[in-house]
Amino acid sequence: MVALSTFVQRELRLLARQKADWLNPVLFFVIVLSLFPLGVGPEPNLLRLMAPGIVWIAALLSVLLAAERLFKDDYRNGVVEQLVAARQPLLSFVLAKLFTNWLSTGLPLVLLSPLVALLLSINSAEFVAMLLTLLLGTPLLSLLSVMGAALTVSADKGGILLALLILPLYIPLLIFASSAMEAAAMGLPYHGQLAIMLAMLLFAMALIPLAVISALKLNVS
Amino acid sequence: MFKWLHPYAKPETVYRLCGRFYPWLMLSGVALLALGNIWGLAFTPPDYQQGDSYRIIHIHVPSAIMSMGTYSAMAIAAFIALVWQVKVAQWSVTAIAPIGAVYTAIALITGMAWGKPMWGTWWVWDARLTSELILLFLYLGVIALSGAFSDRQTGAKAASLLAVIGVINLPVIHFSVEWWNTLHQGASITKFAKPSIDPSMLWPLLISILAFKVLMLALVCLRLRTAILQNEQHRPWVKALVEE
Repeated sequence: MVALSTFVQRELRLLARQKADWLNPVLFFVIVLSLFPLGVGPEPNLLRLMAPGIVWIAALLSVLLAAERLFKDDYRNGVVEQLVAARQPLLSFVLAKLFTNWLSTGLPLVLLSPLVALLLSINSAEFVAMLLTLLLGTPLLSLLSVMGAALTVSADKGGILLALLILPLYIPLLIFASSAMEAAAMGLPYHGQLAIMLAMLLFAMALIPLAVISALKLNVS
Repeated sequence: MFKWLHPYAKPETVYRLCGRFYPWLMLSGVALLALGNIWGLAFTPPDYQQGDSYRIIHIHVPSAIMSMGTYSAMAIAAFIALVWQVKVAQWSVTAIAPIGAVYTAIALITGMAWGKPMWGTWWVWDARLTSELILLFLYLGVIALSGAFSDRQTGAKAASLLAVIGVINLPVIHFSVEWWNTLHQGASITKFAKPSIDPSMLWPLLISILAFKVLMLALVCLRLRTAILQNEQHRPWVKALVEE
């Protein structure tokens, strides 16, 4: 527990000092969202119809942007190597990374959702659905992106590789999140989709930290 | 059992075994492919609904089946590589991945060519087509990851980890996409029911499936041999082999 809180404090301090790391993805999210009306036309009904897809694709892209640099600095200055060599369990480091990654990329999206609702002319029922799916979905998105970042930490070419690794794994989340929002738009119940998203989140929470730990270990050899 | 299996994990033994199996597998694979496809394309009756265009089934279905079969083979090799740290298993993951990717691409392309006369369109966002496309992305991810590191060993290990993660996710992806949208005809051959395909068409199809399977094994032998030579190039037995 002590190790966990130490790591969380360290990550928070790093985030406070490197504001661009988490501000840029959030800005990117807003920019992508504002580009869609320019691309497909400002018709409110059309925007409302496309809102679920737009929100979730923009969220994925912004999280992907943040994931790129997640472990890079720690790897370059040798922190990851020292942690692996120290023979301490890496779990607390990984959990701290996951938590602060969600705090810095997922939570801002949840907080920005009222603005999104205004931009895409979403009504209140759909807004509640969007808020709930974002609350359940962004932690899963963080888990996936941390895993991708850990796998590619010592790779020569990151960037597109990370997208290629994460995108296929992200598809179930995209399907269920946007279908929940569509169901809400039609006034149907969407508990089923939320339950499946929660199930996927819990399943990923149990397994992905283990995958991240072994990915970090094999990158330090 | 481990005592019996362990000598086979030695790269030199695997190299020789693959070398011994390769010609037989290749020969029988090509022969079976010729038999199945010529029988299927020229000597089976045309379908009562789809006419002659159904004959692409003899390439489409085997490659689709083997695109998934190859992924499970790769995932099993990856699991062995991760749990028991067997080097040959790591190399076979990177050896298997491109073959599976090509099978997946063949299944997609022939499926598109079949979809045009039957459904009137090259591509629909149907569940099976989409999950096959995602499978191709998963393969490409494994290939790209294995080539992304300057250290080949790290690349092989990372690709193994990704293959295992992918196989855990594959059912989730499959069922979510299925639930999302489906138009595709159901499977014609299942283990549990009488096949919904006439025996005169079934036999060439089964032979073609077997041919794709045998060809996959032959190609894996070939690629694994190359991978072993590349990874073991500083070992004395490889030097002796080259000097022969």
